[in-house]
Amino acid sequence: MLQFLDKFKAGIGLLAMVIVMSFLSDRFLTLPNMLNIFRQVSIMGIMAVGMTMVILAQGIDLSVGSILALSGAVTAGMMAGDTSMVLSVLIGLAVGTGLGLFNGLMISKAKLPDFIVTLAMMSIARGLVLVYTGGRPISGFDPAFRTIGGGRVGMVPIPVIIFAVILVIGYLVLNKTTFGRYIYAVGGNQQAARLAGINTDSIKIKVYAISGFLSAVSGVILTSRLNSAQPTAGVAYELDVIAMVVLGGTSLVGGKGTIGGTLIGALIIGVLNNSLNLLGVASFYQEVAKGLVILVAVLLDSLQHRD
Amino acid sequence: MKKLVALVVVMSFMLVAGFAGAAEAYDVGLAISTLDNPFFVDLADGAEEAAEELGVNLTVVDAGDDAATQMSSVEDLVIQGMDLIAINPVDGDAIVPAIEEADMMNIPVITVDRGAETDVAVHIASDNVEGGRMAAEYMAEMLNNEGRVIELEGIPGTSAARERGEGFNEVMDEIEGIEIIARQPADFNRAQGMSVMEDLLEAHENIDAVFAHNDEMALGAIEAIDAAGLTDEIMVVGFDAIGDALTAIEEGTLAATIAQQPHEMGRLTIEMAVQLLDGEEVDEFVPVPLELITQ
Repeated sequence: MLQFLDKFKAGIGLLAMVIVMSFLSDRFLTLPNMLNIFRQVSIMGIMAVGMTMVILAQGIDLSVGSILALSGAVTAGMMAGDTSMVLSVLIGLAVGTGLGLFNGLMISKAKLPDFIVTLAMMSIARGLVLVYTGGRPISGFDPAFRTIGGGRVGMVPIPVIIFAVILVIGYLVLNKTTFGRYIYAVGGNQQAARLAGINTDSIKIKVYAISGFLSAVSGVILTSRLNSAQPTAGVAYELDVIAMVVLGGTSLVGGKGTIGGTLIGALIIGVLNNSLNLLGVASFYQEVAKGLVILVAVLLDSLQHRD
Repeated sequence: MKKLVALVVVMSFMLVAGFAGAAEAYDVGLAISTLDNPFFVDLADGAEEAAEELGVNLTVVDAGDDAATQMSSVEDLVIQGMDLIAINPVDGDAIVPAIEEADMMNIPVITVDRGAETDVAVHIASDNVEGGRMAAEYMAEMLNNEGRVIELEGIPGTSAARERGEGFNEVMDEIEGIEIIARQPADFNRAQGMSVMEDLLEAHENIDAVFAHNDEMALGAIEAIDAAGLTDEIMVVGFDAIGDALTAIEEGTLAATIAQQPHEMGRLTIEMAVQLLDGEEVDEFVPVPLELITQ
């Protein structure tokens, strides 16, 4: 029983939040609001899938917010320059993947600390966004582009569908492929993994490239949703994304965690933001509340593993 | 277990908020671009005071200058069933989809200070044309309707530069003794204001006054005038009442500036919201009076 509770504690926490909230606001447990929450978490949630793989492989990626902004801006800039929508999106995705790949190469081949490399990339990519946009938002695209972020299939927003597909792929990759098993192995014990014949460099490069690619996907969706590319898009997103992964039970020392947990972590952040807005809590307290939730979650996790 | 404890923390915040107010009144949401800037804090304060007076349930959400956050919080306000949503957009383009969602639910939208690239019920902002007139009238009076004047313009094509210039020239054109001897853009930038003014001091003699479309350019011009040793000869009037400009007014290097009144802007937002919800006729544009600040 205790083991059961331990395994599903994140889910139980989420469920409890939902139950309490449904008593506090009669607007909360409505279908439109539920879809609203899923849509709001989908952009960071997609990045969190990539971040889960990075953290499982004992890494960290601080550049996701800046890569999101640059990919979105390049996509927008291409479209504003009369490149076709499909090609613009592909170029945007290529930019994100390329920067992620660069992160991975610096970390594995040049043997630089992941924290420093991705911190540098955070700054480089943000700088490039400002250079590329001249500090001004880019807007005015083909109306068709808006369906990526703003469209629905039936009642379900398209970003939610993309998020769901990426969650499923992420789950399959981690649980049903050799690559997935190697990610856990590298994160669990890099030395042992190398001795077992796993090309740890290649695994690391791939997870950072995936993280960059998924940040770019989020960048395209966000640009479409806002119908403009903002030079300040995604500032501090890396923190929320890491929070989602950690709240979902993935260990920051690597090797332990699941995609399902990350979905729950994403929903906890989403429900928290949405609830505080529905209840009209002043924004400054919202920041405090979010910080406390993360702190308490990590504190309890650390107490559990101390002895 | 850890989530349960986490939950207690969150719930205590939620409970405090949940019991805060439950009167039968209009529910109005105000989405502010950022509360990290004193201008917008004043705006929110003005709105909160008016809401209290008029018995409006006001919910203020802060976007922290992030267009995506603002969009999400406006969506939450829509879900919450607000009677009206007032938005001070982070970006006029990026807010359009959120306004469309409010439209779909028949929730009227008011924009404050910055506009949106779509139709809204009311737009409340400072009347820059009137501000330009106020600057001109003050300057003409100080000059006894006689003198040679330079106008430092803002970034060409921006509404602030266009409107401030329009009001200023409208008044000055009527005064025979005053001649605008030069008009030059300095892009709202202090360094530009200084170098443009340096050039103009070379090109012209007997300059009596300078009107700059914002304080940054005015302060740059003051540097140039000071370097030329003409501080006592040339009067400078700016716009915006930024902190440095108020200091310069105290020191006597800047003659006057025009202040926007964010507190008033917030108050008007709630007043207009109530009028609109009461079914009264409201103008599409509500100008907010400006204030002339001198020593």
